[in-house]
Amino acid sequence: MDIQLQEVEYRYAAGTPFERLALKDVSFTIPEGRFVAIIGHTGSGKSTIIQHLNALLRPTKGKVVIGGRVVSADKKEKNLKEIRKKVGIVFQFPEHQLFEETVEKDIMYGPMNFGVSEEEARDRARGLIEKVGLPDSVLEKSPFDLSGGQMRRVAIAGVLAMEPDVLVLDEPTAGLDPRGRKEIMDMFYALHKEKGLSTVLVTHSMEDAAFYADDMVVMHKGSVCMQGTPRELFSRPEELASYGLSVPEVIRFQQKFEELSGMKLARPCLTIEELAEELSRLRDWGGGS
Amino acid sequence: MKEPIISIRHVYFRYPEQQSDALHDISLDVAQGEWLAIVGHNGSGKSTLAKMLNGLHYPREGEVMISGFPLKEEYVWEIRRRLGMVFQNPDNQFVGTTVQDDVAFGLENNGVPHDIMVRRVEESLQRVGMLDFLNQEPHHLSGGQKQRVAIAGVIALQPDIILLDEATSMLDPLGREEVLSTVRELKEEQKLTVISITHDLEEAARADRIIVLNQGSVYHEGTPDDIFQMNKELIQLGLDVPFPIKLGEALRRQGFDIQGGHLTEEELVRELWTSNFKK
Repeated sequence: MDIQLQEVEYRYAAGTPFERLALKDVSFTIPEGRFVAIIGHTGSGKSTIIQHLNALLRPTKGKVVIGGRVVSADKKEKNLKEIRKKVGIVFQFPEHQLFEETVEKDIMYGPMNFGVSEEEARDRARGLIEKVGLPDSVLEKSPFDLSGGQMRRVAIAGVLAMEPDVLVLDEPTAGLDPRGRKEIMDMFYALHKEKGLSTVLVTHSMEDAAFYADDMVVMHKGSVCMQGTPRELFSRPEELASYGLSVPEVIRFQQKFEELSGMKLARPCLTIEELAEELSRLRDWGGGS
Repeated sequence: MKEPIISIRHVYFRYPEQQSDALHDISLDVAQGEWLAIVGHNGSGKSTLAKMLNGLHYPREGEVMISGFPLKEEYVWEIRRRLGMVFQNPDNQFVGTTVQDDVAFGLENNGVPHDIMVRRVEESLQRVGMLDFLNQEPHHLSGGQKQRVAIAGVIALQPDIILLDEATSMLDPLGREEVLSTVRELKEEQKLTVISITHDLEEAARADRIIVLNQGSVYHEGTPDDIFQMNKELIQLGLDVPFPIKLGEALRRQGFDIQGGHLTEEELVRELWTSNFKK
């Protein structure tokens, strides 16, 4: 299922003195099965975009096409439930939305709301708890007796339990320690591959964008200012810096090396291993001696 | 060592209805004017310790002295005046409708006379480089700017100690840099003691000393150099190794001549160049 944004404009509080233009002429596509990272400075419009991806917001101009269904200003879409079932959003600090008596009930809440039977919802909760890295025994606990990191995992399981085709992640690892961060991102990536999900990741972490994303969309002041693969975009560090964004550590190191040595590596490297290999190639083929 | 500004002796703490201690026999000192980083994975006890230092929890056993006051209910307000906290989420700690109101809030609460207050608000905002934003509303600020305003609010009260509780974890890399260099300057200019609670090792690398917590106990203590030599052990503890050290290893595996662990990219790039290319 593709999602297309076509010349989307969004004004908050349109027609009031508090009107504010949040998105302006935004067009891009999230093709089925791709991993797309959206990056941009605070206030660049990333969160507003997210809310368009499952019709929580309707554009004030232009349209959003979600798997063939059109959401636009002039069209009053009736059955949005179908869209929301297919596009699951993990909001920032999703653990703040936990509310049920037990972890199991909390995970079951979403799917049951979309008409899944109690049994089926329970099966899904049991299957997912392990997937998000928690022991079965937490199912019977109150979510409020868990640590912050565990609560985050429960909240994520709640979104996964709806079995969406598109998974939208808004800073899913904020506040987690390095191991937790890696575990959660690796889990999302494994699901993405295994189930052929489309994944949208909103992040401040250029490392995550470089490592996981197929495509990147850079937002600035409510518009898309750059688009391309991580390798393409990270080979334009000056342009990124002009939007208040940095490059991953590996790219930064590569820049420093190139500056000092006057040599140029064959391509921008996205991982430490790749960088070490490229450097050794450069050394062996006549950079040194 | 001079008289420590904070001393913690054999402290135990357990949350109600929990089976195990959140803090288990913790002893440590913080010297006046030092930058101490406390690192550990989620659940290692570091936030519990932060809350204790601000009098939000009291030890079940053991003793804590902060700026000359024992951590007891009757001294908690004295302690809070001397130890200011900056929290994780920039949006949860903005109470004023404008930048200057926000910085004035703590002063007002402490009954500081108006003329002194106006001066201190300006001085504090000047120090964090936010004076131009005096009348801005919070939602016009970036995350890094909001955290700098929060720091201004803390230093306006002229504390001895500033405690950063994961204060940069929600910021983008530029915002984080903004905040950390502000803290560094303040520490130097005002002889502030800085405690940063973090799992960001780039942040911890700027400290004079690092304490690693694991399962509520002090697991290891040393300079950033010492701690980062722990390498794989840090990863087992749920932490990470700073980028230059990881890259240094990968380069050695490719047969590059790289000595020791470098904590900065500049050191590493220079060694890579001089001992491997420039011959």
